[in-house]
Amino acid sequence: MTGTILFTIACLVALGLLFAVVLYFVAQKFKVEEDPRIATVESILPGANCGGCGHAGCHAFAENVVKAPSMEGFFCPVGGNPVMTKVAEALGRAVEEKAPMVAVVRCGGTTACRPRTNEYDGYASCKVMASLYVGDTGCKYGCLGKGDCEAACQFGAIHVNPATGIAEVDEEKCTACGACVKACPKNLIELRAKGFKNRRVFVSCINRDKGAVTRKACSAGCIGCGKCAKTCPFDAITVENNVAYIDFTKCKMCRKCVEVCPTHAIHEVNFPPKPKIEPKPNEENV
Amino acid sequence: MKKTFRIGGVHPHDNKISAEAAIEIFPAIETAYVSMAQHLGAPATPIVAVGDKVKVGQVIAEPAGFISGYVHSPVSGTVKSVAPRADIAGNLVPHVEITVEGDEWMEGIDTSDTLVKEIPYTPEEIIEKVKRAGVVGLGGASFPTHVKLAPPKDKKAECLILNGTECEPYLTSDDRIMRERPQEILIGGAIMMKALGVTRGYVGIEENKPAAIASMTEAAKAFPQIEVITLKKRYPQGGEKQLIDAVIRRQVPSGGLPIETGAVVQNVGTSLAVYEAVQKNKPLIDNVITVTGSCLPVQHNYKVRIGTPMSKILEVAGGLPEKAAKVISGGPMMGRAIANLDAATVKANGAILVLTEEETRRRPESACIRCSKCASACPMGLEPWLLNKLSRAGGRHEELEKERVFDCIECGCCSFTCPAGIPLLDLIRISKAEVMKIMRSRPKK
Repeated sequence: MTGTILFTIACLVALGLLFAVVLYFVAQKFKVEEDPRIATVESILPGANCGGCGHAGCHAFAENVVKAPSMEGFFCPVGGNPVMTKVAEALGRAVEEKAPMVAVVRCGGTTACRPRTNEYDGYASCKVMASLYVGDTGCKYGCLGKGDCEAACQFGAIHVNPATGIAEVDEEKCTACGACVKACPKNLIELRAKGFKNRRVFVSCINRDKGAVTRKACSAGCIGCGKCAKTCPFDAITVENNVAYIDFTKCKMCRKCVEVCPTHAIHEVNFPPKPKIEPKPNEENV
Repeated sequence: MKKTFRIGGVHPHDNKISAEAAIEIFPAIETAYVSMAQHLGAPATPIVAVGDKVKVGQVIAEPAGFISGYVHSPVSGTVKSVAPRADIAGNLVPHVEITVEGDEWMEGIDTSDTLVKEIPYTPEEIIEKVKRAGVVGLGGASFPTHVKLAPPKDKKAECLILNGTECEPYLTSDDRIMRERPQEILIGGAIMMKALGVTRGYVGIEENKPAAIASMTEAAKAFPQIEVITLKKRYPQGGEKQLIDAVIRRQVPSGGLPIETGAVVQNVGTSLAVYEAVQKNKPLIDNVITVTGSCLPVQHNYKVRIGTPMSKILEVAGGLPEKAAKVISGGPMMGRAIANLDAATVKANGAILVLTEEETRRRPESACIRCSKCASACPMGLEPWLLNKLSRAGGRHEELEKERVFDCIECGCCSFTCPAGIPLLDLIRISKAEVMKIMRSRPKK
C-alpha cells in the first residue's frame, strides 16, 4: 500500500521535473521579444480600457505609442496631460500639452421651454425612440432624455436631469472619452475645450429648421438670426443651416454673443456672476 | 384541414368590430396634402408649381428613380404650396398642398361602375399602365407594383397569390372590398397574371371572414384559373413569405426574395387598384381606410382621397373620444403610433385605430425566464431572445448576422408572446437596420 503511494508520488515528481525542463527550453527557444517599454507605458495608463483614445484598450495604446516615431496623434483622454507627460518621459520624447476637453450637451430645450406634444411609452432608449419618430416634442433635433449617454458613460459623468429632461454632464468626472458622443442618436454631444477656469461659451442648440419652425417647437432654440455672428469680434461664430456654432479654438470668451442672443440659446458656464444683469433662467444646462 | 404557414405565429384576438360597416365615400375635403414619399424608394419629384390648376388624376409628381412612383392629384383645384410638411412620425417630407375647387376629373378616366372584363393589353402595356397610375402595394409596404410585376430575368414567376388574409386585428378594409367588389379584384388578378405570364392564381383569405370568402368564391366561378383558398386564422399569415408557405407550401430561402419560390404576392387592394388603373384609366388617388377602436361609438370603412389629414377623418368619424390614449396608423401588431394627427393619408394607409389607455398599456418588463415562447412564435424561425440579448450588449453585429437578424419581418410576434413583457422587437429592429447597413456597405461579389 505505502509502496503504491510512494511510487505514484515519485512518478508525478519525475514527470513534473521532466515537463519543467522541457518547458524551460521551449520558452527559451520561442521567446517573443516584447519591448519592455510597453509594460512601463501600460502601467502609467489609467487602465480604464474605455477606447476613448481610438485604440482597442490601454494595452493596444501602449503598443502603438511605443512603435510610433513620435507622440503625435496619441492622447489618453482619461489620464489627460499629466499621464501623457509621464508616457513621453518614459519614452524619452517631448509632448505637446493638449487643452483638456469636456463633453457638452448642445440642447437647452428644458421641459419648460420645449412643450411635450405627445407621450412616448415605448422602450426607454433614445436609439429606439429616434428610430420610431422625431420624439415627444416638436423639435426633432433635441435631447430625448432616455439616457443612452448615461448608459454609455463608464465614469458616471452624465445623467439625465428628470426636472429638465435633458442630459447634464458632471465636468469633474467627465474624461472626454467620447462614449456619449457616439451613443447619442441625435448627435447632440460635442467634445469642447474645457477652457480657462472651466469657463465655456457655446450654442446650446443644433436645430437646423428655419427660425419660425424652431421657435414654435422650443423657446430656447437657435433661430439662426445671425446676431451673434455679427457681434463676435473674433470671427469665431458661423451660422450654417439656420444654426450658429462657436469655434472654441477662436472664441476668446468675451461673451458679447450671450448678451445679444434673442432666445438665450448661447450658454456661458462657470463665469462669475455679472454684477448688474440678472442670471438667465436656463444657464447651467451643461 | 385548412391551410396555414408552418413555422411560428400567434393568435391575437381579431377584434374585427368594423366588419359590418359598409364602405362610405368620405365627404369632400377643403385642402389635400399630397406626400411625395408614398412609396418605397426615392420620393417623387413634383412637376407642378404654386398657382397651377390641377384636375383629379393629373400627374403632379414623377418618379425619381427605378424604385419610385408617379403621384397624381387626388382632387381638383389650385396648387397652394409645394413645401415640406410633417408626416405621421413628425419627419418633414415634401408635400403638394392643393386647395379643392369642385371635382373635375381628367379626361379619359372612366368613373362609371360598368365592369370591363376584356383585357386587350399586352404584358408590357399592362406594366406601363400600372406604372403610370402610380400603383403601389397596398398591404402596407407600398412597394411599387410595376417593379414587382416585372421580376428579374433569371427568375421565373409561376403563380400569383392575392393576399386577402388581413391577419392584423381590427383591420377590415380588405374584407369590405372583397365583399363589395369581388369581380373587380379578380379581374385585377387576371390582369396581373397576364402581365406575369402565369396561369395559376390563388386568393388566400382567413377563415374569420366568411362573407368575403363566400362572395369571392362566387365571383371566382367565372375565373377557372383563380382558386379561393380558406386559411386558418393565424398571425402573421398576411406576411408575404408566410402566405406563400401557407398557399403553395414553398419556403423563401433565408435572405432571399419571394420570387425565388415562383410566387408573386399582391394585396387584394392592390389588385383592385390595378383593375382601375388598367381598365378604367383611374390612377391610385383613393383607398379604403378603416376607422375603428372599441372606444369609438361608430365604426367606419371610408373610401378616402389620398392627402386627407388624419385629424379630418377622425373629426368626420365622430371626433376623438376622451378615453382615447393612442392613435395608430395600421393595425395593433405592426401599425405605427401617430405622433402628428395633422399628417395626411398616403396610398398605403389602411386603418386608423384608436386605443384606450387600458388597451395600449405596456406590461412591466421582468427578466427573461428562457421559456422559449418567442422562439416558437417567430414565423421566420429566429431566436428573438438571443437577438435581443446580442442587441442589448451592443456592437455584436457579426453574431447578429450569423443569427440571421436580417430575416426578421418585424411582425412583433415575439414581443406579443413574451410572458416577461420584454420589448424584444424594439431592439431587434435597431440591430437589423445596423446589420443590413453593414451588409449593404460590403463590396458585391
